[in-house]
Amino acid sequence: MNDLLKLEQEIFEKFSTLKNKESLELLRVETLGKKGSISLLFQELATIDKEKKKEFASSLNILKSKVLEEIDKYNLKFEEEELRKKLESQTIDITLPVPKIVQGKVHPVSQVIDELTCIFSELGFSVAEGPDVENEYNNFTALNTPPNHPARDMHDTFYLDEAKELLLRTHTSPVQIRTMLSEKPPYKIIAPGRTYRCDSDQTHTPMFHQLEGLYVDTNVTMADLRGSLDYFLKKFFEVDKIKMRFRPSHFPFTEPSAEVDIGYEIKDGKITIGEGDRWLEILGCGMVHPNVLMNAKVDPKKYQGYAFGVGIDRLAMLKYGINDLRSFFESDVRWLEHFGFNSNDVPTNYRGLAR
Amino acid sequence: MNITLNWLKKYLKTKLNVHQIAEKLTSIGLEVESISSNEDNLNNFKICKVIKATKHPQADKLKICDVDIGDGKITKVVCGAPNARDGLMTVYASPGTIIPKNGMKLSIAKIRGIESFGMLCSESELNLSEESDGIIELKVKEKIGDNFFKQSLEPMIDISITPNRSDCLGVRGIARDLSASGAGLFIEPKLEKLKINSSKSIKVELEKDSGCYQYGSCFIEGVQNKESPDWLKNFLKSIGQKPISAIVDITNYIMLDMNRPLHAYDADKISEKIIVRKSKKGESFQALDNKKYNLLDNHCVISDSSKILGLGGIIGGELSGTQFSSKNIILEAASFDPISISKSSKELGIITDAKYRFERGVDPNSIKDGLIKAAKLIKEICGGKVGKILISGKSLYKEKKINFNLDNFEKLIGFKISKSDAVKILQKLGFLVKDKKNILELIVPSFRPDISQEVDIIEELIRIKGYDNIPLSEPNKISFKNTLNYKQKIFHYIQRSIASLGYYETVTWSFTNSKVDDFFSDKKLRLVNPISSDLDSLRTSIFSNLLIHSKNNIDRDYKNLMLFEIGPVFHGFKPGEQKLVASGVRIGNKVEKSWKEKTETSSAFDAKADVLKVLIDLGIDSEKLVWDSKSNQSFHPGRSGSVYLGSNKGPLLACFGELNPIIISKLELDKYFPCGFEIYLDNIIEPKRKQKDIKGSYLVSKFQSVERDFAFIVDKNTKANDLILVIKNCDRSLIKNIDIFDVYEGSNIGENKKSIALSVKLQSMEKTLDEKSIEELSQKIISSVQSQTGGTIRSS
Repeated sequence: MNDLLKLEQEIFEKFSTLKNKESLELLRVETLGKKGSISLLFQELATIDKEKKKEFASSLNILKSKVLEEIDKYNLKFEEEELRKKLESQTIDITLPVPKIVQGKVHPVSQVIDELTCIFSELGFSVAEGPDVENEYNNFTALNTPPNHPARDMHDTFYLDEAKELLLRTHTSPVQIRTMLSEKPPYKIIAPGRTYRCDSDQTHTPMFHQLEGLYVDTNVTMADLRGSLDYFLKKFFEVDKIKMRFRPSHFPFTEPSAEVDIGYEIKDGKITIGEGDRWLEILGCGMVHPNVLMNAKVDPKKYQGYAFGVGIDRLAMLKYGINDLRSFFESDVRWLEHFGFNSNDVPTNYRGLAR
Repeated sequence: MNITLNWLKKYLKTKLNVHQIAEKLTSIGLEVESISSNEDNLNNFKICKVIKATKHPQADKLKICDVDIGDGKITKVVCGAPNARDGLMTVYASPGTIIPKNGMKLSIAKIRGIESFGMLCSESELNLSEESDGIIELKVKEKIGDNFFKQSLEPMIDISITPNRSDCLGVRGIARDLSASGAGLFIEPKLEKLKINSSKSIKVELEKDSGCYQYGSCFIEGVQNKESPDWLKNFLKSIGQKPISAIVDITNYIMLDMNRPLHAYDADKISEKIIVRKSKKGESFQALDNKKYNLLDNHCVISDSSKILGLGGIIGGELSGTQFSSKNIILEAASFDPISISKSSKELGIITDAKYRFERGVDPNSIKDGLIKAAKLIKEICGGKVGKILISGKSLYKEKKINFNLDNFEKLIGFKISKSDAVKILQKLGFLVKDKKNILELIVPSFRPDISQEVDIIEELIRIKGYDNIPLSEPNKISFKNTLNYKQKIFHYIQRSIASLGYYETVTWSFTNSKVDDFFSDKKLRLVNPISSDLDSLRTSIFSNLLIHSKNNIDRDYKNLMLFEIGPVFHGFKPGEQKLVASGVRIGNKVEKSWKEKTETSSAFDAKADVLKVLIDLGIDSEKLVWDSKSNQSFHPGRSGSVYLGSNKGPLLACFGELNPIIISKLELDKYFPCGFEIYLDNIIEPKRKQKDIKGSYLVSKFQSVERDFAFIVDKNTKANDLILVIKNCDRSLIKNIDIFDVYEGSNIGENKKSIALSVKLQSMEKTLDEKSIEELSQKIISSVQSQTGGTIRSS
């Protein structure tokens, strides 16, 4: 029996020195081959006493299975080593560039419209629309700007007929009229869209974008207007504080009317919104004129509210540092690449307006 | 409207400085555009001496002057003045100086090859006189290097007056507003009396419906017109007006002072009488601006028995104007219909200070006052005897009364105003106020045509009280409707879906070049007043602008492009005759040559894939799409198509394909293989489904699938889609998928034939398919294809 233990010890010592599959095979032949050390002991069984035979045979079988198990183990180990070596030789130059990644962009005007929609959606506004071609009534007369009113001269209007009855809307305000004529109060809408004026220079383009706002109910005040615009400007410029100034002005369709300025400063050539002692005109607003409500068949004794109009392109310029208004409309792919937005950057109120 | 603090002080007792006044003005709605302090600029004009003037080698009329400007150096200035000569003392302006006459900033310039550092000035360039024939000649004893302007001008405040505030087109009105806001004490103008010492007058006939309501006149005989005295000249100059002669200056002064336009005629040039009437078609007259105007039949004219003297309230006539030699004059002050003035000035293209004021509203009660003030000044400066003031016609003016309920201020603005505050403000603004408990009975002053109802009063109060006092209410977040409707939602989905495909979104004008747009449609939607000839038409297709801008990008050497725009295209001039379309173009290579791939241009199938992807992104079931090989004139007639929902009689969702080569070659874009698509957003209708239907039931088979390949030889014109439909219809429940893996044309399969090879995937929901049923279905497929398309099996 002691011999058997010794043999086992010898065999397992050899296992620990094995280097590869070939040496494993040699060890197998050496132990379990026809003339292997264990095989020889099985042959010896016939010569052993009956009494001892059973016990020896049992021990021998245990040894054999132990060795077989060890052989399997080493076999697996050497196979894995071989595979690993093979894989290590299978190299590629991973620094080679991949094919160009196709990445489209959303125009900054679209992005800003989505941001504005997101903010005003939180305040309970819904989106309304109107056509780009308007009649003279909706664009002017209904908005308390009768023919020959001097305010008409301030809009350089594109006309579509000699009678000047059809035109490209000079502001988004006709959407107020369309909304009020087609639905019952209360009204709480924003209307983003294209607007047109026959004007073109460094700071004016013949087409630009406005966002109209209208909130009419029985009790909407100028204090509500001021509070809501303050909320909007803070959210839009993503600042906690904003210096906002209401300045009296005149629009035929609102009374009282205000122009809204925001404070800003320029430091190291960069504009910071919300601070500083310079003022920047950013939007026009006021309380809807009773004449406009009447023209839109809304009873001014019962209903009142506010309206505002803001230049979307101008907001985009301020927020994203774009200097030239005309560049918005030139489709230069370098500009679109630089100022455009990833299609996944959808402004939301839970994730935030921007990344 | 330009004012100075000095002029303002005629009506306002104030201790505020110019900047404080400006701030106050802006805060009450009289927005200050600028305060011009031209002191620094005027100090740039120095007294100098021309040391030597030599002829310019390249130009006969130019001289190169060596000038001593007192800095111990010689400055070279190129000068065109004939009187530039050695030893002349004159005025020098350095580079950077703004020339008063034209507002131009001087820079160092090369004139015919010689650098000129600054300029020698004429009187006209400095707005000193009309003298422009030569440079200023100064006395020899002046000191070189001294400032030419010894006395600096007062800063001028430029105010942008909104169209409703005609009263502030006179300094007096501005002062009144300032005093109401607490900037000082308003000095009420005294009622003046005129001493009549002449019996002369002119007969005035005021015709009905002439466009003039009231016509006031005053005859002054024996005047001696001359240059205005310094105080008057300085008043006018300080706000940028040019003095002309005492009589003209006085009428201008009254206009700017109290918003009362006046006109002075030379009485000796008027025959008989003054007739105020409507013009007759074909009449013409020579105006003071040296232009001849041909009149229509609707202008209000001032005439005598033989000729037109002026356009009422707009401009006087050349013939009847006052000169330095005028001896007898007639002063005119009238009330005109603002609409008539506005129409005439637009039709004739005349813009004057008078028309600007009459259009916005001139106090109808100021006729007499204006005439008295002007006549007194004329008498004082030019002498003469003054006749009686005659006023023809009836004033249309009616006193306006408004009952103002104080509670309505709080209701609209959101905070309370005290009665005493309200009364004080309104009285200072010129209202007569009667206090009746909570109601103020108001009489509106005649100089405020803009005020007619209660809300106008509320505006006056909050404007003067200060907008800063309006509280900031917490926003009310109540909503009445969903933020977006279905159409607006799909707009957003489509926009971001197309961008996710690799397209750059552009925004281009809604109008375009008709030369390009006419390729895409027969509609010609021309603007009456385009901004330029290449932006003369409403677009009927977005492709017009996309291709124009693609070309611009190609010119900048960006030749592989994917651009899209969502916006309106127009099919008529009426409001609403527009459609919302998303259009995209692919230009140049889809895949650029790299170590991995070969160059590949875009094809109609890329455009098709783009359309499919976008429609799937919108939640449209691709199984419900019906593809057709017809499109529209924007596309290649054979290499394009369209897609409908449900059937080819259903809504047209999109067209796509290669853009029409005829158009493309005219635009010289043939090298870049443009393909594109148009998706018609208005045709995408909200599906009728409930929330629970958004995801259908989850049905999958647990049995094995098998694939069988077929190749059919069919007519060349057979559509792949038709073949697929025939096969699918053989057993819609077992056939799960059909893929085309090869399309082949070649002479070995016959002329006008093609081979289409497909792989058909079969799977049952109930059992594992046995060989027999598979074989049966295969045979059915082969025979159906044969009978319905004439196709024969090539191999299986």
